[in-house]
Amino acid sequence: MKLNIKKNIFFTVLFFLFLLLACNFAYAKWSGVDENVVEKVALEHGRPAWKPFINTDQGDLLLFAFLLAGVIGGFVLGYNWRRLFIEKSDLKK
Amino acid sequence: MHISEGILPLKWAVLWYLVAIPFLAKGIADIKKKLVANPAFKVLLGLMGAVVFIISCMPVPVLTAGTCSHPCGTGISAILLGPIMSVFISSIALLLQALFLAHGGLTTLGADIVSMGIVGSFTGYFTFKLLRKFNLSLFISGFTAGLLADWLTYATTSFELSSALAGSKPMLPLFLSLLAAFIPTQLPLGILEGFLTGGMLVFINKRRPDILESLGVIARNPNSTCL
Repeated sequence: MKLNIKKNIFFTVLFFLFLLLACNFAYAKWSGVDENVVEKVALEHGRPAWKPFINTDQGDLLLFAFLLAGVIGGFVLGYNWRRLFIEKSDLKK
Repeated sequence: MHISEGILPLKWAVLWYLVAIPFLAKGIADIKKKLVANPAFKVLLGLMGAVVFIISCMPVPVLTAGTCSHPCGTGISAILLGPIMSVFISSIALLLQALFLAHGGLTTLGADIVSMGIVGSFTGYFTFKLLRKFNLSLFISGFTAGLLADWLTYATTSFELSSALAGSKPMLPLFLSLLAAFIPTQLPLGILEGFLTGGMLVFINKRRPDILESLGVIARNPNSTCL
């Protein structure tokens, strides 16, 4: 139990150190490769990307959409995880 | 890897849809058949669907490149569900991302299904099977399957883009420059995906080896009961 707590603290500190490093990289813009490579090359070849048909990429709307997707995805994952790895007997035929 | 809305000319968009549709049709038929034979299978299907959806829209910052990208999750889903069913759940994930998360697009969905769903799943599945035939460990086989599934997904995206955008010029230089542009981000992310895939297999083998046995991922134990 004590070992687990130490391990959790170690990984939490490691995660925040990683975040600190990530946020302070001077040259980094942290744009996605979809934007940085795919859309950039397409634009150079005369094929600019259209706006999405349902455009959630406006202000905080995309943040909301990602959060909602994470919550729903996380719920589905957690529910099925519980059934598969905790309530093992459910699957036995 | 997601090709944004409108980037592909119409004929290319249609072509990639035509390539993807037979795999999708077979995937739906296989899932229906499997669920009729064993309704409990939907738990694993739901778990893998959520895994692929979350992993393939999770932007991971890559320190060495200063950019973000995502793994695909198709390696692990193909190993557990088989490549055809993995194509189907990848396409559902890609459709949701195109509709609500401004990732990919409806006109480019066919191309995205081919790169992530078909190439990712089949690469992961066959790499794993091949390495297991050489008696390599579960972790090493899973690691390599995840790694190659990720890298070949991005290589296919490079091919799709270069074939559509090169026009009358030779395609190869554009293909190679796209590959080179993806390498700084995808090289470390492919390794991360390898660890995720190998780690998940080892975890399942420790907690529920009967699942891997009944799915044919590892040799069957005669006392196995589920799925």
